[in-house]
Amino acid sequence: MKIIDIKNLEKIYNDSEVKVHAVNGVNLSFEKGEFAAIVGPSGSGKTTLLNLLGGLDKPSGGEIIIDNTSVGTLKSSRLIDFRLHNIGFVFQAYNLIPVLTVKENVEFIMLLQGKSKKERDARTKELLEAVGLIDRIDSRPAKLSGGQQQRVAVARALASKPKFILADEPTANLDSKTTENLLEIMEKLNREEQVTFIFSTHDARVVKKAKRVITIEDGKIISDERRN
Amino acid sequence: MIWSVSWRNVWRSKVRSAVIIIAIALGIFAGVFTWAFYYGMVDQRLETAIKTEVSHIQLHNPKYMVNPDMINFIPNIQEVKTKIEQLPSVSAVSCRTVQNALITSAETGSGLRIVGINPEEEQKITDIYTKVIDGTYLTGIKRNPILIGEKLAEKLNVKVRSKVVVIMQQMDGTMTKGSFRIAGIYKTTNSMYDEMNAFIRVEDLRNLTHFEASAGHEIAILLKNNQDVESTLADLKTEFPDLDVKSWREISPEVSLVEETMDISMYFILIIILFALGFGIINTMLMAILERVKELGMLMAVGMNRRRVFSMIVLETVFLTLTGGVLGILLGYAAALIFMRTGIDLSAFSEAYERMGYDPVIYPVLKLNIAVKVTILVIITGLLAAIYPAVKALHLKPAEALRIDM
Ligand SMILES: Nc1ncnc2c1ncn2[C@@H]1O[C@H](COP(=O)(O)OP(=O)(O)O)[C@@H](O)[C@H]1O
Ligand SMILES: [Mg+2]
Repeated sequence: MKIIDIKNLEKIYNDSEVKVHAVNGVNLSFEKGEFAAIVGPSGSGKTTLLNLLGGLDKPSGGEIIIDNTSVGTLKSSRLIDFRLHNIGFVFQAYNLIPVLTVKENVEFIMLLQGKSKKERDARTKELLEAVGLIDRIDSRPAKLSGGQQQRVAVARALASKPKFILADEPTANLDSKTTENLLEIMEKLNREEQVTFIFSTHDARVVKKAKRVITIEDGKIISDERRN
Repeated sequence: MIWSVSWRNVWRSKVRSAVIIIAIALGIFAGVFTWAFYYGMVDQRLETAIKTEVSHIQLHNPKYMVNPDMINFIPNIQEVKTKIEQLPSVSAVSCRTVQNALITSAETGSGLRIVGINPEEEQKITDIYTKVIDGTYLTGIKRNPILIGEKLAEKLNVKVRSKVVVIMQQMDGTMTKGSFRIAGIYKTTNSMYDEMNAFIRVEDLRNLTHFEASAGHEIAILLKNNQDVESTLADLKTEFPDLDVKSWREISPEVSLVEETMDISMYFILIIILFALGFGIINTMLMAILERVKELGMLMAVGMNRRRVFSMIVLETVFLTLTGGVLGILLGYAAALIFMRTGIDLSAFSEAYERMGYDPVIYPVLKLNIAVKVTILVIITGLLAAIYPAVKALHLKPAEALRIDM
């Protein structure tokens, strides 16, 4: 089942003196349950592409259709709601809320969704068990290592039961051992929850784990291969 | 959870928050304490006005109000008194005979109001008898005793048992004089009053002026409750349409004015204090937001809508402001409580105060409504100060905010 369909996507940054064509005519689609890596050197347009996909930025041309909704046509207030219910985000710098505990960080999005306490508690426990941090449930993020924080961030991204998860260089701040550990967890959740993961990276060890590798250069897709 | 997040965010940068909270607390402390002080001052002045000077309500012949002459009296004053005494809200009634006169000692003279009273009756109305600092309240001297104020005694250079001569008009318009002996000297907090009012027995005044026994000039009424003034006033006006009926507010408009304008002046002072603090609050919140740009970008990215982001920042600002405000109120109350016992002695600079009838020692008065009003003002300040930072936060674009390296 196709959940994302990208047609002739363009993004041109105009705000500085030089025009930057960061995404240049991208056509792509994603199926439910994919585990895909977007690979390319720094400046190739990975972040821009993910931002467009996540509705954080407006395309200069083309269209993104997610589950029959053309994201570009949504008003910004509807777009926020759309993100809340359909998309999970994982960031390079983890970006947990420092004043909240691990549990509250995971719960927060479900709270915005208006889920009941019972539902929130059950889902939080389930996810923290899956990422192996149930014993740190009441810690503040500052007390956790980078790898642990990113695992909380993955749990948070999944909490809202999104259609897909966008992760922009999720392992860029992690060492190789924690990188491997995080990817295992992501793979497991991808398998168990059948949720699509789309992550960007320029790390060869991460690329190895991906089931689909999309290579981008100067804003253009230069290869797209699936493996098993 | 937004409430809890906002509250915890206040304490993220402890020193920065503490600085502004202390500033707010000090400002509010000053405001609350001043308010309590003024309440005390005005309450004391009001007490004096009612208990010592004018009572709650006074009745006169309407002509007396225009021309306070002896001939403008209330006939059958005892009948009027008896009727008034039957009203349930009335505590006591006193009839007075009043005459403007000249008083002279061996050295000098002074104009004043001579008030002829029945001492037993008058004691139920005014507390002048408790203010006698030397001698007695018109007792102890057989012939023509007189009670004068300290200020006048100083002016005339007389003491208890000194002889003074009072010169005034008789009923037929001719002048007469009587010699009196000082029975006592009193001192209220109003030195002007002390200088202008002297008391003698009503029968002595009658003997001197041949004034009719059944008549009088002034009926003073003390009520059981301050709150009953307006309703009793209305009752008396209907019952005695031929007489002039006035409340203490009309007789002492200067006291009433201070009471009525005090709250407005205090609001004014507090609003100025809070206005100045508002800039500090805005600055603190702008810093708090600048420092958290990436986090706010993340929150908007994951689906926190504009309304919620706005509320979160508004709540944070209100919590910050309110913490300082509550601290300030508590400090103000604590200080007022201390001074409620000891009083604040202004006698060093009280010459002018005393002339206006203010007690030189002020006992602050705490009223719950000060805390309520100040809290509301503080919350409004927090809300207003929140607008600019919160709008700033809403202008953040998540994609850009997330790219920032912090
Ligand atoms: N806000 C922006 N304004 C102008 N140019 C930008 C902006 N954001 C990114 N770019 C440019 O767009 C190109 C793609 O950037 P980015 O998507 O961040 O690539 P990657 O994530 O692969 O490193 C780069 O040349 C970058 O300099
Ligand atoms: Mg990037």
